[in-house]
Amino acid sequence: MRIGARTPSHSLQVSDLTVSYHRIPAVHHMSFEVACGQCVALLGPNGAGKSTLLKALAGLLPLETGSLAFHGRPVRGATPEFAYLPQREAIDWDFPTTVRGLVEMGRYVRVGPWGRYSSEDAKAVDAAIASMQLGAWEHRQVSALSGGQQQRSFLARALAQEAHLFLLDEPFTGLDKPTQDNLRALLRGLREQGKLIIASHHDLTTVPDIFDRVLFLNGELIAAGPVSEVFHEENIQRAYGTRVFSGHEHPHEH
Amino acid sequence: MDWLLEPFRHEFMQRALLGGALIGFTNGFLGAFVVLRRLALMADSLSHSLLPGLVIGVMVFGLAPQGLFLGALVAALFVALGSQMIARSSRLKEDTALGILYTVTFSIGLVLLSFVKVRVSLMHYLFGNIIGLADSDLWVCYAVTLITVPVLAALQRPFLLTLFEPNVARSQGVAVGALNLLLIVLLVLTMVSSLQAVGVILLLGLLLAPAATIYMLCDSFPAMLWGGGLIGLVGSVAGLVLSNRVPNLPSGAAIVLVLGVMFFVAYLFSPRYGIIGRLVRRRHLHEESLARWPKDRE
Repeated sequence: MRIGARTPSHSLQVSDLTVSYHRIPAVHHMSFEVACGQCVALLGPNGAGKSTLLKALAGLLPLETGSLAFHGRPVRGATPEFAYLPQREAIDWDFPTTVRGLVEMGRYVRVGPWGRYSSEDAKAVDAAIASMQLGAWEHRQVSALSGGQQQRSFLARALAQEAHLFLLDEPFTGLDKPTQDNLRALLRGLREQGKLIIASHHDLTTVPDIFDRVLFLNGELIAAGPVSEVFHEENIQRAYGTRVFSGHEHPHEH
Repeated sequence: MDWLLEPFRHEFMQRALLGGALIGFTNGFLGAFVVLRRLALMADSLSHSLLPGLVIGVMVFGLAPQGLFLGALVAALFVALGSQMIARSSRLKEDTALGILYTVTFSIGLVLLSFVKVRVSLMHYLFGNIIGLADSDLWVCYAVTLITVPVLAALQRPFLLTLFEPNVARSQGVAVGALNLLLIVLLVLTMVSSLQAVGVILLLGLLLAPAATIYMLCDSFPAMLWGGGLIGLVGSVAGLVLSNRVPNLPSGAAIVLVLGVMFFVAYLFSPRYGIIGRLVRRRHLHEESLARWPKDRE
Protein backbone atom coordinates (compact mmCIF):
# COMPACT_ATOMS: atom_id res chain seq x y z
CA MET A 1 0.00 0.00 0.00
CA ARG A 2 1.39 3.40 -0.97
CA ILE A 3 1.73 5.77 1.90
CA GLY A 4 2.23 9.45 1.62
CA ALA A 5 0.92 9.93 -1.90
CA ARG A 6 -2.21 11.87 -1.13
CA THR A 7 -3.95 11.50 -4.44
CA PRO A 8 -7.63 12.45 -4.48
CA SER A 9 -8.58 8.77 -4.30
CA HIS A 10 -6.61 8.35 -1.07
CA SER A 11 -9.71 9.04 0.91
CA LEU A 12 -12.95 7.77 2.32
CA GLN A 13 -15.98 8.83 0.30
CA VAL A 14 -19.41 8.57 1.81
CA SER A 15 -22.37 9.33 -0.40
CA ASP A 16 -26.00 9.63 0.55
CA LEU A 17 -25.67 7.37 3.61
CA THR A 18 -28.85 6.60 5.57
CA VAL A 19 -28.92 4.13 8.48
CA SER A 20 -31.94 3.27 10.64
CA TYR A 21 -32.53 1.80 14.05
CA HIS A 22 -35.97 0.22 14.46
CA ARG A 23 -37.09 1.90 11.23
CA ILE A 24 -36.27 5.40 12.52
CA PRO A 25 -33.38 6.82 10.50
CA ALA A 26 -30.53 7.79 12.83
CA VAL A 27 -28.27 9.06 10.08
CA HIS A 28 -29.90 10.79 7.14
CA HIS A 29 -28.49 11.07 3.62
CA MET A 30 -24.96 11.96 4.67
CA SER A 31 -22.32 12.68 2.09
CA PHE A 32 -18.74 13.65 2.83
CA GLU A 33 -15.21 12.90 1.81
CA VAL A 34 -12.18 12.83 4.07
CA ALA A 35 -8.60 12.33 2.91
CA CYS A 36 -6.33 9.82 4.64
CA GLY A 37 -3.62 11.00 7.02
CA GLN A 38 -5.99 12.90 9.28
CA CYS A 39 -7.73 12.66 12.63
CA VAL A 40 -11.42 13.38 12.24
CA ALA A 41 -13.79 14.09 15.13
CA LEU A 42 -17.47 13.18 15.04
CA LEU A 43 -19.24 15.77 17.17
CA GLY A 44 -22.86 16.07 18.16
CA PRO A 45 -25.23 15.55 21.09
CA ASN A 46 -26.16 12.11 22.47
CA GLY A 47 -28.38 10.39 19.95
CA ALA A 48 -27.00 12.42 17.06
CA GLY A 49 -25.88 9.26 15.27
CA LYS A 50 -22.14 9.27 16.02
CA SER A 51 -21.97 5.61 17.07
CA THR A 52 -24.43 4.65 14.34
CA LEU A 53 -22.27 6.28 11.70
CA LEU A 54 -19.15 4.51 13.04
CA LYS A 55 -20.90 1.14 13.06
CA ALA A 56 -22.28 1.69 9.59
CA LEU A 57 -18.80 2.54 8.28
CA ALA A 58 -17.50 -0.64 9.99
CA GLY A 59 -20.07 -2.72 8.14
CA LEU A 60 -22.03 -3.58 11.28
CA LEU A 61 -25.32 -2.01 10.21
CA PRO A 62 -27.14 -2.36 6.91
CA LEU A 63 -27.15 0.78 4.78
CA GLU A 64 -30.63 1.91 3.89
CA THR A 65 -29.36 4.18 1.16
CA GLY A 66 -25.99 5.28 -0.07
CA SER A 67 -22.57 3.81 -0.54
CA LEU A 68 -18.97 3.94 0.68
CA ALA A 69 -15.73 4.02 -1.23
CA PHE A 70 -12.23 3.80 0.20
CA HIS A 71 -9.14 4.54 -1.89
CA GLY A 72 -11.46 4.80 -4.86
CA ARG A 73 -12.85 1.28 -4.47
CA PRO A 74 -16.42 0.62 -3.36
CA VAL A 75 -16.75 -0.98 0.09
CA ARG A 76 -19.66 -3.24 0.96
CA GLY A 77 -19.97 -4.71 4.43
CA ALA A 78 -16.95 -5.60 6.53
CA THR A 79 -13.37 -5.21 5.32
CA PRO A 80 -10.04 -5.83 7.06
CA GLU A 81 -8.93 -2.39 5.86
CA PHE A 82 -11.24 -0.87 8.46
CA ALA A 83 -10.75 -1.43 12.18
CA TYR A 84 -13.60 -0.75 14.57
CA LEU A 85 -12.84 -0.14 18.26
CA PRO A 86 -15.89 -0.41 20.51
CA GLN A 87 -16.32 1.50 23.75
CA ARG A 88 -14.25 -0.06 26.51
CA GLU A 89 -17.30 -1.05 28.59
CA ALA A 90 -18.49 -3.33 25.79
CA ILE A 91 -15.63 -5.79 26.28
CA ASP A 92 -15.22 -8.76 28.63
CA TRP A 93 -11.75 -8.00 29.95
CA ASP A 94 -11.62 -11.31 31.88
CA PHE A 95 -11.28 -13.13 28.58
CA PRO A 96 -8.33 -15.56 28.65
CA THR A 97 -5.93 -13.55 26.54
CA THR A 98 -2.79 -11.53 27.05
CA VAL A 99 -1.98 -8.24 25.31
CA ARG A 100 0.01 -10.20 22.77
CA GLY A 101 -2.88 -12.61 22.23
CA LEU A 102 -5.20 -9.68 21.61
CA VAL A 103 -2.85 -8.13 19.07
CA GLU A 104 -2.48 -11.52 17.33
CA MET A 105 -6.25 -11.51 16.80
CA GLY A 106 -5.71 -8.64 14.36
CA ARG A 107 -3.20 -10.76 12.50
CA TYR A 108 -5.63 -13.68 12.14
CA VAL A 109 -7.77 -11.46 9.95
CA ARG A 110 -4.89 -11.31 7.46
CA VAL A 111 -3.67 -14.90 7.90
CA GLY A 112 -7.17 -16.38 7.60
CA PRO A 113 -8.64 -19.25 9.60
CA TRP A 114 -6.20 -21.86 8.32
CA GLY A 115 -3.20 -19.89 7.08
CA ARG A 116 0.16 -20.53 8.68
CA TYR A 117 1.09 -18.02 11.36
CA SER A 118 4.59 -17.23 10.15
CA SER A 119 7.55 -15.41 11.66
CA GLU A 120 6.53 -12.45 9.47
CA ASP A 121 3.24 -12.35 11.33
CA ALA A 122 5.03 -12.52 14.67
CA LYS A 123 7.17 -9.57 13.53
CA ALA A 124 4.10 -7.56 12.55
CA VAL A 125 2.69 -8.22 16.02
CA ASP A 126 6.00 -7.20 17.65
CA ALA A 127 6.00 -3.97 15.65
CA ALA A 128 2.39 -3.17 16.54
CA ILE A 129 3.07 -3.78 20.24
CA ALA A 130 6.21 -1.64 20.11
CA SER A 131 4.56 1.25 18.31
CA MET A 132 1.76 1.35 20.88
CA GLN A 133 4.36 1.24 23.70
CA LEU A 134 3.00 -1.97 25.16
CA GLY A 135 6.24 -3.99 25.30
CA ALA A 136 6.35 -4.02 29.09
CA TRP A 137 2.81 -5.42 29.34
CA GLU A 138 2.93 -7.86 26.44
CA HIS A 139 2.34 -10.92 28.61
CA ARG A 140 -0.22 -9.40 30.97
CA GLN A 141 -3.78 -10.61 30.99
CA VAL A 142 -5.89 -7.79 29.55
CA SER A 143 -7.90 -7.02 32.70
CA ALA A 144 -4.63 -6.16 34.49
CA LEU A 145 -4.17 -3.09 32.27
CA SER A 146 -5.12 0.53 32.78
CA GLY A 147 -7.78 2.12 30.58
CA GLY A 148 -5.19 3.78 28.36
CA GLN A 149 -3.27 0.54 27.93
CA GLN A 150 -6.47 -1.30 27.00
CA GLN A 151 -7.20 1.37 24.39
CA ARG A 152 -3.67 1.03 23.01
CA SER A 153 -3.97 -2.77 22.89
CA PHE A 154 -6.93 -2.42 20.56
CA LEU A 155 -5.05 0.12 18.43
CA ALA A 156 -2.15 -2.34 18.25
CA ARG A 157 -4.58 -5.06 17.16
CA ALA A 158 -5.81 -2.76 14.39
CA LEU A 159 -2.21 -2.08 13.35
CA ALA A 160 -1.45 -5.81 13.23
CA GLN A 161 -4.52 -6.15 11.03
CA GLU A 162 -2.93 -3.55 8.68
CA ALA A 163 -6.07 -1.47 8.88
CA HIS A 164 -6.02 1.93 7.17
CA LEU A 165 -9.19 3.39 8.57
CA PHE A 166 -9.56 3.43 12.37
CA LEU A 167 -13.12 3.85 13.65
CA LEU A 168 -12.99 4.69 17.35
CA ASP A 169 -16.01 5.02 19.60
CA GLU A 170 -15.28 7.61 22.31
CA PRO A 171 -11.60 6.67 22.69
CA PHE A 172 -10.81 9.53 25.07
CA THR A 173 -13.63 8.90 27.51
CA GLY A 174 -12.48 8.09 31.04
CA LEU A 175 -8.80 8.78 30.41
CA ASP A 176 -6.88 11.22 32.60
CA LYS A 177 -4.88 14.09 31.12
CA PRO A 178 -1.46 12.37 30.73
CA THR A 179 -3.13 9.29 29.24
CA GLN A 180 -5.12 11.46 26.84
CA ASP A 181 -1.93 13.24 25.79
CA ASN A 182 -0.23 9.91 25.20
CA LEU A 183 -3.14 8.59 23.12
CA ARG A 184 -3.23 11.84 21.17
CA ALA A 185 0.48 11.51 20.35
CA LEU A 186 -0.02 7.92 19.23
CA LEU A 187 -2.96 8.87 17.01
CA ARG A 188 -0.81 11.62 15.48
CA GLY A 189 1.81 8.97 14.76
CA LEU A 190 -0.82 6.89 12.94
CA ARG A 191 -1.89 9.96 11.02
CA GLU A 192 1.71 10.55 9.90
CA GLN A 193 1.73 6.99 8.54
CA GLY A 194 -1.18 7.96 6.30
CA LYS A 195 -3.90 6.28 8.35
CA LEU A 196 -7.33 7.84 8.60
CA ILE A 197 -8.76 8.07 12.11
CA ILE A 198 -12.42 8.81 12.70
CA ALA A 199 -13.45 9.08 16.35
CA SER A 200 -16.61 10.10 18.13
CA HIS A 201 -15.79 12.64 20.78
CA HIS A 202 -17.70 14.64 23.35
CA ASP A 203 -15.21 16.91 25.07
CA LEU A 204 -15.34 20.06 22.94
CA THR A 205 -12.44 21.73 24.76
CA THR A 206 -9.92 19.16 23.52
CA VAL A 207 -11.06 19.08 19.88
CA PRO A 208 -8.49 21.55 18.46
CA ASP A 209 -5.66 19.76 20.31
CA ILE A 210 -6.46 16.31 19.00
CA PHE A 211 -8.18 16.60 15.65
CA ASP A 212 -7.52 18.03 12.20
CA ARG A 213 -11.05 17.91 10.95
CA VAL A 214 -14.54 17.77 12.42
CA LEU A 215 -17.89 16.46 11.28
CA PHE A 216 -20.84 17.98 13.15
CA LEU A 217 -23.80 15.60 13.25
CA ASN A 218 -27.33 15.72 14.49
CA GLY A 219 -29.17 13.14 12.45
CA GLU A 220 -27.99 15.14 9.45
CA LEU A 221 -24.51 16.24 8.57
CA ILE A 222 -24.41 19.83 9.81
CA ALA A 223 -20.92 20.92 8.93
CA ALA A 224 -17.67 19.29 7.84
CA GLY A 225 -14.22 20.69 7.36
CA PRO A 226 -10.88 21.56 8.94
CA VAL A 227 -11.01 22.48 12.62
CA SER A 228 -9.82 26.02 11.86
CA GLU A 229 -12.72 26.62 9.48
CA VAL A 230 -15.77 24.87 10.90
CA PHE A 231 -15.10 24.40 14.62
CA HIS A 232 -16.79 27.58 15.82
CA GLU A 233 -19.63 28.67 18.05
CA GLU A 234 -22.25 28.87 15.32
CA ASN A 235 -21.82 25.26 14.21
CA ILE A 236 -21.64 24.05 17.82
CA GLN A 237 -24.94 25.81 18.46
CA ARG A 238 -26.48 24.29 15.34
CA ALA A 239 -25.38 20.77 16.30
CA TYR A 240 -26.07 20.85 20.04
CA GLY A 241 -28.86 23.42 20.21
CA THR A 242 -31.33 21.39 18.17
CA ARG A 243 -33.42 18.66 19.69
CA VAL A 244 -32.43 15.13 18.62
CA PHE A 245 -34.68 13.56 15.99
CA SER A 246 -36.72 10.64 17.34
CA GLY A 247 -39.06 10.09 14.43
CA HIS A 248 -42.20 10.45 16.57
CA GLU A 249 -42.45 14.14 17.11
CA HIS A 250 -44.95 16.42 15.46
CA PRO A 251 -43.72 19.98 15.83
CA HIS A 252 -46.57 21.23 13.63
CA GLU A 253 -50.33 21.15 14.21
CA HIS A 254 -52.32 18.48 12.41
CA MET B 1 -1.49 -50.24 41.33
CA ASP B 2 -3.20 -53.51 40.58
CA TRP B 3 -6.23 -52.15 42.39
CA LEU B 4 -6.33 -49.29 39.87
CA LEU B 5 -5.67 -51.41 36.82
CA GLU B 6 -8.19 -54.09 37.68
CA PRO B 7 -11.20 -52.35 36.06
CA PHE B 8 -9.37 -52.13 32.72
CA ARG B 9 -9.44 -55.94 32.36
CA HIS B 10 -13.17 -56.32 31.82
CA GLU B 11 -14.60 -55.76 28.40
CA PHE B 12 -17.66 -53.82 29.60
CA MET B 13 -15.35 -51.55 31.61
CA GLN B 14 -13.01 -51.04 28.68
CA ARG B 15 -15.98 -49.94 26.64
CA ALA B 16 -17.19 -47.63 29.41
CA LEU B 17 -13.72 -46.15 29.85
CA LEU B 18 -13.33 -45.54 26.14
CA GLY B 19 -16.76 -43.94 25.94
CA GLY B 20 -16.09 -41.89 29.08
CA ALA B 21 -12.76 -40.67 27.73
CA LEU B 22 -14.33 -39.59 24.42
CA ILE B 23 -17.30 -37.90 26.03
CA GLY B 24 -15.14 -36.29 28.71
CA PHE B 25 -12.72 -34.85 26.18
CA THR B 26 -15.42 -33.57 23.83
CA ASN B 27 -17.41 -31.94 26.63
CA GLY B 28 -14.31 -30.36 28.16
CA PHE B 29 -13.21 -28.99 24.79
CA LEU B 30 -16.64 -27.63 23.91
CA GLY B 31 -17.12 -26.36 27.47
CA ALA B 32 -14.54 -23.61 26.92
CA PHE B 33 -16.74 -22.14 24.18
CA VAL B 34 -19.84 -22.46 26.35
CA VAL B 35 -18.20 -20.70 29.32
CA LEU B 36 -16.72 -17.87 27.25
CA ARG B 37 -19.87 -17.35 25.18
CA ARG B 38 -21.91 -17.48 28.43
CA LEU B 39 -24.10 -20.26 27.15
CA ALA B 40 -24.38 -22.05 30.50
CA LEU B 41 -28.05 -21.16 30.84
CA MET B 42 -28.72 -22.28 27.28
CA ALA B 43 -26.92 -25.56 27.97
CA ASP B 44 -28.97 -26.10 31.11
CA SER B 45 -32.23 -25.48 29.25
CA LEU B 46 -31.19 -27.77 26.42
CA SER B 47 -30.30 -30.57 28.80
CA HIS B 48 -33.80 -30.40 30.24
CA SER B 49 -35.40 -30.37 26.83
CA LEU B 50 -33.69 -33.66 26.01
CA LEU B 51 -36.13 -35.54 28.25
CA PRO B 52 -39.32 -34.71 26.33
CA GLY B 53 -37.39 -35.49 23.17
CA LEU B 54 -36.66 -38.95 24.51
CA VAL B 55 -40.32 -39.52 25.37
CA ILE B 56 -41.39 -38.51 21.89
CA GLY B 57 -38.65 -40.74 20.49
CA VAL B 58 -40.03 -43.69 22.44
CA MET B 59 -43.57 -42.95 21.29
CA VAL B 60 -42.66 -42.75 17.63
CA PHE B 61 -39.84 -45.28 17.29
CA GLY B 62 -40.07 -47.47 20.39
CA LEU B 63 -36.97 -48.09 22.51
CA ALA B 64 -34.48 -48.25 19.66
CA PRO B 65 -31.47 -46.06 20.55
CA GLN B 66 -31.51 -44.33 17.13
CA GLY B 67 -35.09 -43.19 17.75
CA LEU B 68 -34.20 -41.82 21.20
CA PHE B 69 -31.19 -40.04 19.77
CA LEU B 70 -33.30 -38.47 17.05
CA GLY B 71 -36.04 -37.41 19.47
CA ALA B 72 -33.57 -35.75 21.84
CA LEU B 73 -31.81 -34.03 18.96
CA VAL B 74 -35.02 -32.62 17.51
CA ALA B 75 -36.33 -31.38 20.87
CA ALA B 76 -33.06 -29.68 21.80
CA LEU B 77 -32.72 -28.04 18.39
CA PHE B 78 -36.32 -26.88 18.64
CA VAL B 79 -35.64 -25.17 21.98
CA ALA B 80 -32.24 -23.77 20.94
CA LEU B 81 -33.28 -22.34 17.61
CA GLY B 82 -36.78 -21.39 18.75
CA SER B 83 -35.43 -19.27 21.60
CA GLN B 84 -33.00 -17.55 19.22
CA MET B 85 -35.89 -16.81 16.89
CA ILE B 86 -38.09 -15.39 19.67
CA ALA B 87 -35.22 -13.27 21.02
CA ARG B 88 -34.46 -11.83 17.58
CA SER B 89 -38.02 -11.19 16.50
CA SER B 90 -39.34 -9.57 19.69
CA ARG B 91 -38.22 -7.37 22.56
CA LEU B 92 -37.68 -10.42 24.80
CA LYS B 93 -34.13 -11.41 25.66
CA GLU B 94 -32.77 -14.88 25.05
CA ASP B 95 -32.76 -16.06 28.70
CA THR B 96 -36.48 -15.48 29.07
CA ALA B 97 -37.28 -17.07 25.72
CA LEU B 98 -35.21 -20.11 26.69
CA GLY B 99 -36.89 -20.39 30.08
CA ILE B 100 -40.34 -20.41 28.55
CA LEU B 101 -39.56 -22.77 25.69
CA TYR B 102 -37.75 -25.39 27.72
CA THR B 103 -40.32 -25.56 30.51
CA VAL B 104 -43.12 -25.81 27.95
CA THR B 105 -41.22 -28.58 26.16
CA PHE B 106 -40.51 -30.30 29.48
CA SER B 107 -44.23 -30.12 30.37
CA ILE B 108 -45.16 -31.64 27.04
CA GLY B 109 -42.73 -34.44 27.92
CA LEU B 110 -44.36 -34.98 31.33
CA VAL B 111 -47.84 -35.05 29.81
CA LEU B 112 -46.76 -37.53 27.18
CA LEU B 113 -44.95 -39.61 29.79
CA SER B 114 -48.24 -40.25 31.58
CA PHE B 115 -49.48 -41.97 28.42
CA VAL B 116 -46.35 -44.03 27.82
CA LYS B 117 -45.42 -46.91 30.11
CA VAL B 118 -41.64 -46.79 29.80
CA ARG B 119 -40.81 -44.85 32.92
CA VAL B 120 -38.18 -47.25 34.17
CA SER B 121 -35.99 -47.24 31.08
CA LEU B 122 -36.26 -43.48 30.86
CA MET B 123 -35.05 -43.08 34.46
CA HIS B 124 -31.82 -44.45 33.17
CA TYR B 125 -31.49 -41.35 30.97
CA LEU B 126 -31.99 -39.03 33.90
CA PHE B 127 -28.81 -40.08 35.67
CA GLY B 128 -27.03 -42.08 33.00
CA ASN B 129 -25.47 -45.51 33.04
CA ILE B 130 -22.12 -45.58 31.36
CA ILE B 131 -21.51 -49.23 32.31
CA GLY B 132 -24.43 -50.12 30.06
CA LEU B 133 -22.84 -48.44 27.07
CA ALA B 134 -23.66 -50.52 23.99
CA ASP B 135 -21.60 -50.64 20.81
CA SER B 136 -24.13 -48.40 19.08
CA ASP B 137 -23.72 -45.77 21.83
CA LEU B 138 -19.99 -45.98 21.42
CA TRP B 139 -20.34 -45.33 17.70
CA VAL B 140 -22.39 -42.23 18.45
CA CYS B 141 -19.60 -41.06 20.80
CA TYR B 142 -16.95 -41.61 18.13
CA ALA B 143 -18.99 -39.78 15.52
CA VAL B 144 -19.80 -36.79 17.72
CA THR B 145 -16.22 -36.45 18.96
CA LEU B 146 -14.90 -36.72 15.42
CA ILE B 147 -17.27 -33.97 14.27
CA THR B 148 -17.18 -31.59 17.24
CA VAL B 149 -13.50 -31.43 18.13
CA PRO B 150 -12.04 -31.11 14.59
CA VAL B 151 -14.66 -28.55 13.53
CA LEU B 152 -14.09 -26.38 16.60
CA ALA B 153 -10.32 -26.74 16.34
CA ALA B 154 -10.34 -25.86 12.64
CA LEU B 155 -12.45 -22.75 13.25
CA GLN B 156 -10.50 -21.77 16.37
CA ARG B 157 -9.37 -18.37 15.06
CA PRO B 158 -12.75 -17.05 13.91
CA PHE B 159 -14.30 -18.46 17.08
CA LEU B 160 -11.70 -16.69 19.20
CA LEU B 161 -12.49 -13.37 17.50
CA THR B 162 -16.24 -13.93 17.92
CA LEU B 163 -16.08 -14.96 21.56
CA PHE B 164 -13.86 -12.05 22.52
CA GLU B 165 -15.86 -9.27 20.86
CA PRO B 166 -18.54 -10.15 18.31
CA ASN B 167 -18.88 -6.62 16.92
CA VAL B 168 -15.20 -6.25 16.19
CA ALA B 169 -15.19 -9.76 14.71
CA ARG B 170 -18.11 -8.87 12.47
CA SER B 171 -16.38 -5.69 11.34
CA GLN B 172 -13.44 -7.87 10.30
CA GLY B 173 -15.66 -10.02 8.12
CA VAL B 174 -16.11 -12.99 10.49
CA ALA B 175 -19.47 -14.75 10.01
CA VAL B 176 -20.47 -14.29 13.65
CA GLY B 177 -24.09 -15.41 13.27
CA ALA B 178 -23.17 -18.63 11.47
CA LEU B 179 -20.51 -19.47 14.07
CA ASN B 180 -22.98 -18.99 16.92
CA LEU B 181 -25.47 -21.26 15.21
CA LEU B 182 -22.81 -23.88 14.56
CA LEU B 183 -21.80 -23.75 18.22
CA ILE B 184 -25.37 -24.42 19.34
CA VAL B 185 -25.75 -27.34 16.93
CA LEU B 186 -22.49 -28.89 18.16
CA LEU B 187 -23.60 -28.31 21.74
CA VAL B 188 -26.82 -30.21 21.12
CA LEU B 189 -24.99 -33.07 19.39
CA THR B 190 -22.51 -33.39 22.23
CA MET B 191 -25.21 -33.33 24.88
CA VAL B 192 -27.21 -36.01 23.16
CA SER B 193 -24.12 -38.21 22.89
CA SER B 194 -23.39 -37.75 26.61
CA LEU B 195 -26.91 -38.69 27.68
CA GLN B 196 -26.33 -42.41 28.02
CA ALA B 197 -23.19 -41.86 30.07
CA VAL B 198 -24.11 -39.18 32.62
CA GLY B 199 -27.79 -38.48 32.05
CA VAL B 200 -29.89 -35.37 31.54
CA ILE B 201 -29.25 -33.88 34.97
CA LEU B 202 -25.51 -34.34 35.27
CA LEU B 203 -24.32 -33.61 31.78
CA LEU B 204 -24.15 -29.91 32.51
CA GLY B 205 -21.44 -30.61 35.08
CA LEU B 206 -19.43 -32.62 32.59
CA LEU B 207 -19.71 -29.73 30.13
CA LEU B 208 -18.97 -26.79 32.43
CA ALA B 209 -16.69 -28.04 35.23
CA PRO B 210 -13.57 -28.84 33.12
CA ALA B 211 -13.78 -25.51 31.27
CA ALA B 212 -14.37 -23.59 34.51
CA THR B 213 -11.37 -25.35 36.07
CA ILE B 214 -8.99 -24.50 33.24
CA TYR B 215 -10.38 -20.94 33.08
CA MET B 216 -9.11 -20.45 36.64
CA LEU B 217 -5.65 -21.57 35.54
CA CYS B 218 -4.69 -20.04 32.21
CA ASP B 219 -4.83 -16.95 30.01
CA SER B 220 -4.65 -18.56 26.61
CA PHE B 221 -7.55 -19.60 24.43
CA PRO B 222 -5.92 -22.69 22.83
CA ALA B 223 -4.74 -23.81 26.29
CA MET B 224 -8.29 -23.45 27.51
CA LEU B 225 -9.67 -25.70 24.76
CA TRP B 226 -7.13 -28.51 24.95
CA GLY B 227 -6.69 -28.20 28.69
CA GLY B 228 -10.46 -28.39 29.17
CA GLY B 229 -10.57 -31.49 27.00
CA LEU B 230 -7.76 -33.09 28.98
CA ILE B 231 -9.38 -32.33 32.34
CA GLY B 232 -12.69 -33.72 31.08
CA LEU B 233 -10.95 -36.89 29.91
CA VAL B 234 -8.94 -37.42 33.11
CA GLY B 235 -11.93 -36.61 35.31
CA SER B 236 -14.21 -39.02 33.45
CA VAL B 237 -11.74 -41.90 33.54
CA ALA B 238 -10.91 -41.27 37.22
CA GLY B 239 -14.62 -41.06 38.09
CA LEU B 240 -15.27 -44.33 36.30
CA VAL B 241 -12.44 -46.16 38.02
CA LEU B 242 -13.65 -44.81 41.33
CA SER B 243 -17.22 -45.93 40.74
CA ASN B 244 -15.99 -49.36 39.77
CA ARG B 245 -13.85 -49.70 42.92
CA VAL B 246 -16.28 -48.24 45.44
CA PRO B 247 -19.40 -50.36 45.73
CA ASN B 248 -22.72 -48.68 44.85
CA LEU B 249 -21.14 -45.45 43.66
CA PRO B 250 -23.12 -44.37 40.56
CA SER B 251 -20.81 -43.69 37.61
CA GLY B 252 -22.28 -40.38 36.39
CA ALA B 253 -22.22 -38.89 39.86
CA ALA B 254 -18.66 -40.15 40.45
CA ILE B 255 -17.46 -38.43 37.25
CA VAL B 256 -19.11 -35.11 38.11
CA LEU B 257 -17.82 -35.33 41.70
CA VAL B 258 -14.23 -35.84 40.55
CA LEU B 259 -14.61 -32.89 38.15
CA GLY B 260 -16.18 -30.83 40.95
CA VAL B 261 -13.25 -31.53 43.26
CA MET B 262 -10.85 -30.50 40.50
CA PHE B 263 -12.77 -27.26 40.02
CA PHE B 264 -12.74 -26.38 43.73
CA VAL B 265 -9.03 -27.11 43.97
CA ALA B 266 -8.42 -24.71 41.07
CA TYR B 267 -10.81 -22.15 42.55
CA LEU B 268 -8.92 -22.21 45.84
CA PHE B 269 -5.33 -22.82 44.80
CA SER B 270 -4.91 -21.42 41.29
CA PRO B 271 -1.58 -19.55 41.37
CA ARG B 272 -2.97 -16.51 39.57
CA TYR B 273 -6.72 -16.46 40.14
CA GLY B 274 -7.18 -18.63 43.23
CA ILE B 275 -8.77 -17.39 46.43
CA ILE B 276 -5.97 -18.62 48.70
CA GLY B 277 -3.26 -17.09 46.54
CA ARG B 278 -5.03 -13.76 46.66
CA LEU B 279 -5.22 -13.85 50.46
CA VAL B 280 -1.64 -14.96 50.97
CA ARG B 281 -0.12 -12.65 48.41
CA ARG B 282 -1.64 -9.50 49.85
CA ARG B 283 1.55 -7.46 49.90
CA HIS B 284 1.04 -3.78 50.01
CA LEU B 285 3.98 -2.96 47.74
CA HIS B 286 4.57 0.17 49.76
CA GLU B 287 8.36 0.08 49.30
CA GLU B 288 7.91 -0.20 45.55
CA SER B 289 5.43 2.65 45.59
CA LEU B 290 7.76 4.91 47.58
CA ALA B 291 10.64 4.05 45.27
CA ARG B 292 8.97 6.04 42.52
CA TRP B 293 10.04 9.31 44.08
CA PRO B 294 13.65 10.56 44.12
CA LYS B 295 15.52 9.75 47.33
CA ASP B 296 16.93 13.25 47.85
CA ARG B 297 13.85 14.52 49.65
CA GLU B 298 14.99 13.18 53.00
